[in-house]
Amino acid sequence: MNTTLVRFSVCSRDWVGDWVNLARRKSQSQKLIQLCLALLIQMISFCSFAIDSIDLERLVPTQALRSGSTFISEDLKSLQRSDDLNPAFLWIIQGEALWRKSEPLTPLNSSNATNTSLSGTAPSCASCHGESNQSMKGVSTRYPQIDKVSSELINLEGRINLCRTRYQHLAPLALESDEMLGITAYVAMASRGLPMSVRIDGNNEEHFKRGRSLYYTRMGQINLACTHCHEQNWGKKLQGETISQGHTNDYPAYRLEWQRMGSLHRRLRACLSGVRAYMYPLGSSELLDLELFLAWRASDPKITVETPGVRR
Amino acid sequence: MVARIITPSTIKMNEPFEVRILIQHPMETGYRVDMMGTLIPKNVIKNLQVKFQDEVVFKASLGTGISANPSLQFWMKAGQPGLLRLQWEDDLGAVGQAEKALQVQ
Repeated sequence: MNTTLVRFSVCSRDWVGDWVNLARRKSQSQKLIQLCLALLIQMISFCSFAIDSIDLERLVPTQALRSGSTFISEDLKSLQRSDDLNPAFLWIIQGEALWRKSEPLTPLNSSNATNTSLSGTAPSCASCHGESNQSMKGVSTRYPQIDKVSSELINLEGRINLCRTRYQHLAPLALESDEMLGITAYVAMASRGLPMSVRIDGNNEEHFKRGRSLYYTRMGQINLACTHCHEQNWGKKLQGETISQGHTNDYPAYRLEWQRMGSLHRRLRACLSGVRAYMYPLGSSELLDLELFLAWRASDPKITVETPGVRR
Repeated sequence: MVARIITPSTIKMNEPFEVRILIQHPMETGYRVDMMGTLIPKNVIKNLQVKFQDEVVFKASLGTGISANPSLQFWMKAGQPGLLRLQWEDDLGAVGQAEKALQVQ
């Protein structure tokens, strides 16, 4: 992402050079105007650096914050509201089954001598956590967060996989698989109606800064940053779509374009593809940092968890 | 593949009620290609039927014009409590089913 910035400033400096050369050949008054223009261009190009100094402050005013579901059509709204018709529940049914299922233990590699002796079935999620609508209430509002054991930033999917490998002795679920999407949505659904509440402190500050800098960095051939659509132009039209503020409270969501459910990271990759930028892999540290920034940005009493969302 | 049968919470004897079916299925049209450029074979739910107490109450054969994860609705009447059973089969031979017990008042 730094290279994008550097390229941008180098490019504008060349531009300045052209202006200066041009100005030499022109009259004195024209020269002055050209130089002023060149300075202006230079200043604009440095604005992208200045943005990094913004502290804990959103560009969308707090009173204007709106959940993504307020931007969708009435049809989609009613589809999202109905637990009967929302197609995401096809995945959530699987997630619920997985929550209660005692899976056979995954055979582990022989180098891990303590675990090879394990046999039989792993405890299910429910055998430790009980009913998800009680024990998981409010959990998804606090993710992504730092895992205390490994000190790494993890999202809800990451926590589920850590639970599986650490305590259930099971193989991690593949990201974007039906099972993973189902159980993530099932856990997140227990927090429906609760506001997002991600706090930034000394532990996650570095991740937050990286995520924020990614958010404000121009990227891809289209050379746009997240902020250009989702903070500076939300509510306007991008072809047939109304640009939302880009909050994370509905994910994992069912997207008609995908004809299936998808995670937040898949959605972020779709945005990256839209500006023709490098698509960071699912679960990569860049997307996690960005997810942390987005979750903090959505942490407001007005924005409540609405998983599973329905999007076009 | 998961399927859901959605019925009203209260069903009155011999009065029509709406049944909704939701099936998880990719409904491949046969026109799409994968990342490597090879054609993904057509795979849609070709036969679907709903039986109530062994009597067929709804039957459909879907085509490529139906979206993925199809949602179907129909109306029926029930004279007695019983089991509503959905069965479907797709082009690749996969079969799926779902059941729902109807409480009739």
